Amino acid sequence: MKQDYLVLENLVKIFGSGKDTIVAVNDVNLKVKEGELFTLLGPSGCGKTTALRMIAGFEIPTSGKVFIDGKEVSMTPPNQRPTTMVFQNYALFPHMTVFENISYGLKIHRESAQNIRKKTDKIIHLVGLEGLSERSPAHLSGGQQQRVSLARSLVMEPKVLLLDEPLSNLDAKLRVSTRLEIRRLQQRLGITSVYVTHDQEEAMTLSDRVVIMNAGKIQQIGTPQEIYAHPVNYFVADFIGKANFLEGRVVSLVSKNKAELDISGRKFKVFTLKDSFSEGEKVFLLIRPESVELEPKKSNTLFGIVRQIIYLGSRMVYEIEIAKSPLTVEITNPQEHKIFSKGEEVTVTFKEKSLHIIPYEEIKK
Amino acid sequence: MTKTNRKIQEIIGNLRLIWKEPLLFISILAIFYFLLTFVAFPIFQVFKTSMIISKQLDFSNYLAIFSKRYYFQPFLNSMILGICTATIGTTIGFIFAYALTRTTLPFKNFFRLTATFPIISPPFVVALAAILLFGRAGSLTPILTTIIGKYSIYGLGGLILVETIAYSPTAFLVLYGILQAIDPALEEASMDLGASRAKVFSTITLPLSTPGIASAWLLVFIQSMADFGNPMVISGNFRVLSVQAFLQITGMYDLSRGSTLAIFLLLPTLTAFFLQKYWVSRKSYVTVTGKPTGATIKRLEWYIKAPVYTCCVLFTGIVFLFYGMLVYGSFQTLWGVDATLTLKNYVEMFQVGKDYLIDSLTLSTIATPITGLLGMFLAFLIVRKKFIGRGLMEFVSMLTFAVPGTVVGIGYILAFNQKSILFPSVLTGTAWIIITLLIFRNMPVGVRSGIAALQQIDPSIEEASTDLGADSNTTFRRITLPMIAPAFFSGLAYSFVKAMTAISAVIFVVSGKWNLITVAVLGFVDNAAYAQAAAMSLLLILIVMVALGIIQLVVNRIGKGMRAIDIVG
Repeated sequence: MKQDYLVLENLVKIFGSGKDTIVAVNDVNLKVKEGELFTLLGPSGCGKTTALRMIAGFEIPTSGKVFIDGKEVSMTPPNQRPTTMVFQNYALFPHMTVFENISYGLKIHRESAQNIRKKTDKIIHLVGLEGLSERSPAHLSGGQQQRVSLARSLVMEPKVLLLDEPLSNLDAKLRVSTRLEIRRLQQRLGITSVYVTHDQEEAMTLSDRVVIMNAGKIQQIGTPQEIYAHPVNYFVADFIGKANFLEGRVVSLVSKNKAELDISGRKFKVFTLKDSFSEGEKVFLLIRPESVELEPKKSNTLFGIVRQIIYLGSRMVYEIEIAKSPLTVEITNPQEHKIFSKGEEVTVTFKEKSLHIIPYEEIKK
Repeated sequence: MTKTNRKIQEIIGNLRLIWKEPLLFISILAIFYFLLTFVAFPIFQVFKTSMIISKQLDFSNYLAIFSKRYYFQPFLNSMILGICTATIGTTIGFIFAYALTRTTLPFKNFFRLTATFPIISPPFVVALAAILLFGRAGSLTPILTTIIGKYSIYGLGGLILVETIAYSPTAFLVLYGILQAIDPALEEASMDLGASRAKVFSTITLPLSTPGIASAWLLVFIQSMADFGNPMVISGNFRVLSVQAFLQITGMYDLSRGSTLAIFLLLPTLTAFFLQKYWVSRKSYVTVTGKPTGATIKRLEWYIKAPVYTCCVLFTGIVFLFYGMLVYGSFQTLWGVDATLTLKNYVEMFQVGKDYLIDSLTLSTIATPITGLLGMFLAFLIVRKKFIGRGLMEFVSMLTFAVPGTVVGIGYILAFNQKSILFPSVLTGTAWIIITLLIFRNMPVGVRSGIAALQQIDPSIEEASTDLGADSNTTFRRITLPMIAPAFFSGLAYSFVKAMTAISAVIFVVSGKWNLITVAVLGFVDNAAYAQAAAMSLLLILIVMVALGIIQLVVNRIGKGMRAIDIVG
């Protein structure tokens, strides 16, 4: 398995000129392993689609390079790159049948009629479109259209499969089942894939690794677990999952990867991954809502007042006011716990292993 | 059985709804009456007249057309002209549309403006410029003669040249809309799967725009067949139907034979219209919404760029040459004899043409707002209301678009030079015959843009108005009209341009009392007073441009107002 199958090197894309200049992709460096599903995740306008389109060849980098399987392709036109793309709106050719759509690329590459038939039938079977091959795309459901689009890309056996928000036009339930389907196919075929989405849940469930982008820049690269548990900054922590941020100060560095924090007078010992914090530095303590436990108020503990209760069936969400700042707490399986009521005072304890420090920054709300 | 029952019940239900709104009911009746009287009746009169000789049913006119070369030739000529112009015009239109939507052609706005400029000029102006350039005393005639030898601009070649310039803009507009509406992702997907530029074009772009190409071809064909101004000026001995019909009636006073020629003009254009409307448009994969789609791949190889750009530059150059020639010609003392520059043509033009100009402006100014309002109201009824005959209403209101002006003009003199059951007074010779003609000839475009605009507005907005107590007419006035204001104003712009530059139909109904500037220009051309004709054409173009500018200003104002509402909402 090659470690750097797809490589983006100092990739920059600038649109427009003069006043209307937009830096869509700002110095992006990435290495995608062979057979891996790699997701570009970020809010709209973060540059993820532009990055994907540079891999496909639809945009030429302003500077920087793209390598696929060791070969530089930065200036290669899209029709000569070993990539195929699943488009957000599927881009099915309306004047062709399902079969013609899927076999289009094979025909372009002048494969024999026999080969075309064999490969196309195989892929139609693989994505479960049997019996629909003579239909026109207009007479397919959204889910079926999506599968035609996927099949059309897969049949080319690309070195890199590109997926541009492929599920965004499906309804919620279909989205969940289709993303499992895509993951299953991708793993079965072992195909290196780059997936673009703004849906963090989709990214978390699908990907081997995720890169979080914001304003054209990479924020963090890692497995879904790494990113969720140890976000590097406020943006990543806030974008992935729900989070509480408590302002604090580093009191002392206990050991190489442990620091003592002061959060409004209370001391916490917290693991840090990096020893990049110095004593006296202002930081955020990141607490995930599910890492908090609530108990009836005891003396000499950290306590707050219940301000709001939201019942979600499998979870109970409390908004707690603690030292004048809000704290969101999520209790899973609420039937097993004591239910608190609005206005009640509760003792709040944090599961220490789940605490995490990130650098302090001014938050623009 | 139950199906017919349900249908009947539905009709009764609709009737009841309409009955509860007497004003709407009366409006529908009134519109049907107008359409019947001013659209259907004149055409019917042409049919009738062509088959009746000395008060008896007689098909000898039709037989004459087929048996006598003298009558059959114009039909053949018109068809040849239409087919050639449509083919060349569509090709140029497509290349232009492709260059503007799919390449990095610089100065796109400039090219688009120039390519569409001939649309706002009177139809025969191009022919006039052709005479100034390549006619017997044309500026370029000596050069051209040394290159290709002796030639004459009068005839098929000259006609194809001028009509291509005049009507490829129509093809361009249709194809520009289509090419812009093709989702660029389709072409990207094709390229992504390995197709080269040429393959993308032949397997995706071309098949998807084929219905558009057919549409454009048929529309240009209709325009070329129906063209009267250009052939009148430049056809020479190449006889076409529109001019022959006109000459039969005004020269030979043979209404019956003139009508028969008109019918032969009508049949191909109607066929083309039906093909376009009911067959080609059904085949379309592309919905033109007016919303431009995102960026396309614009990296192109030089061997595509070079010919495409050359074609654009060449056509634009020709447009400039022709209209520039008009300016140059308008300042010459005596065309072909004395090339000293002078302003006297303009003075003369004002002296002779002042009354024509005032008449044209007056009649157009009266007709334009009526055309616009009526068009929008019709669109409103067709899209939003259910009543018996709705399909018929749409059909008849669109019909005039496909009927050549010559046919309409002959129909109007036949229908309104005496009292009839439908209209109790003689209209011929009055201002009203010109005004009604302008209104009903120019309405279809307004109706069409109104329908397109309305289909994009959620009916619930109007339902809310009705829910709050407004009746249909109030809702139309207070809610619908403001929302479709942009379509309304573009309809106004179109009908003003068409009213000011009309010739083929109105030439039959002008009179000593009420005359039009276009007829005056044609008179100058007839007397070989080309310099004055050029001066007057330029003035006409100038007036039209000023009017368009004003309307554009109003639209921008309204557009801003709408956006302000959007932000607040």
